[in-house]
Amino acid sequence: MRATIEPTGLTRRIIPCLDVAAGRVVKGVQFRNLTDQGDPTEAAARYAAEGADEIVFLDITAAPERRDTDLDWVRRTAEQVFIPLSVGGGVRSVDDGRKLLLAGADKLGINTAAVAEPELLTRLAERFGSQCVVLSVDAKRREPAGAEAQSWEVVTHGGRTPTGLDALEWIEEGIERGAGEILLTSIDSDGTQAGYDLQLLRRASALSPVPVIASGGAGTLEHLADALETGAAAVLAASIFHQETYSVGAVKEYLGRRYPIRIA
Amino acid sequence: MTGTEATVIDAGVGNIGNLVRALRHLGAKVEITCDPATIRASRCLVLPGVGAFRPPREVLRGAPEEAMRAALDDGATLLGICIGYQLLFDSSEEFGTTDGLALLPGGVTELPGGVPLPHIGWNRVFAVKDHPLLEGATNDDHYYFVHSFAPQDVPEEWVLGRCRHGRSFPAITGRGRIAGTQFHPEKSGAAGLRLLSNYLTWAGDLAAGIDGGTSATASGH
Repeated sequence: MRATIEPTGLTRRIIPCLDVAAGRVVKGVQFRNLTDQGDPTEAAARYAAEGADEIVFLDITAAPERRDTDLDWVRRTAEQVFIPLSVGGGVRSVDDGRKLLLAGADKLGINTAAVAEPELLTRLAERFGSQCVVLSVDAKRREPAGAEAQSWEVVTHGGRTPTGLDALEWIEEGIERGAGEILLTSIDSDGTQAGYDLQLLRRASALSPVPVIASGGAGTLEHLADALETGAAAVLAASIFHQETYSVGAVKEYLGRRYPIRIA
Repeated sequence: MTGTEATVIDAGVGNIGNLVRALRHLGAKVEITCDPATIRASRCLVLPGVGAFRPPREVLRGAPEEAMRAALDDGATLLGICIGYQLLFDSSEEFGTTDGLALLPGGVTELPGGVPLPHIGWNRVFAVKDHPLLEGATNDDHYYFVHSFAPQDVPEEWVLGRCRHGRSFPAITGRGRIAGTQFHPEKSGAAGLRLLSNYLTWAGDLAAGIDGGTSATASGH
């Protein structure tokens, strides 16, 4: 144990992620064969009560025109869940962002739209502040893999669309343009429950002055600890919470032995 | 406290929807306004704020500020949150020096480097004192912060709880019927809701003439 006093009492965050389509929590493989998993407000309230530090919603509603009317679930959630709520998916303009924030979102997740139009990050940050803007990056390992030469490509549409962008360079550019946080998902690890891409997280955390949220691959408590060990500010997980492999409380109790964690 | 009528002062900047939702969730009747007459008549004021110090400061300058002072002289309570908290102090160093409302002693300065700024996330508030706002609070409670500046040189007798990020700063300050939090209680889960609920109860009790032990202290400026 170090005797020195840490310069901050800031805790590492544990973040359950919920996929939402047309106002319902859904589960599927690569956005297909979606099955209804219930009400977003109820799921978020349950995780918040267990001690979740934040909830990330990914709105995968297929038809963009349905999103506006479907924001009611954001409103209902914000009326009952009093921890930070991040909503990603379908934010293509400052006006989209404004609607989500007014509905009760605290943070906006931007993924594909930022790749298509990086300026959007700047406009959102100037209007709402960097703390509202989360750049969501889906990264895929480039072959062949050499330890030093390893690089990752930014992909979109659940990994199906390559962009040609280097993920680490894109993260740096995104921060420069105003992103206040990076939600970094390894597409290779996502859904495998075999552990996060630790090499990717280590490289990203080392270069990023803003918090990096580790995503993709959580299967065990040790995986979550490994991700925090890379320097990630937060760990995001979906399956282990939805399948009730671990409760948020159990995760926090375990990680709390090694890292500053808020025990609610 | 169910039924407490709270007046949320809308200085025109930032999203205050989630604060209003939290107060309503706790049973308060909430009015959102910057109208001096409404502020003047209120017994339970809440001053929120996100973003920068100066824009809301300029919105409040003049009639709204005078209405706040008159309401406070008449026995109203006031809770400042985040930028609304910073506005309560003498001045802020954000983008040059700007005078504050000078309702609490101290100045607002940038947190030192060596830690990530802005300070965003859950941090512990310790050295918590006995105060109606902190009924049920412990030194292990965490709250949600989003800021880069914080009060400094606040006389210790008014500091109700401290937080550490780069330096130790007053996370909660209270004097008389005026109090504030640097964190966002409306985003701080059960601990935050408890603090807001305590505020509504305190304000409601004082308005009803029940002295919580703090009303003897003048709200002078």
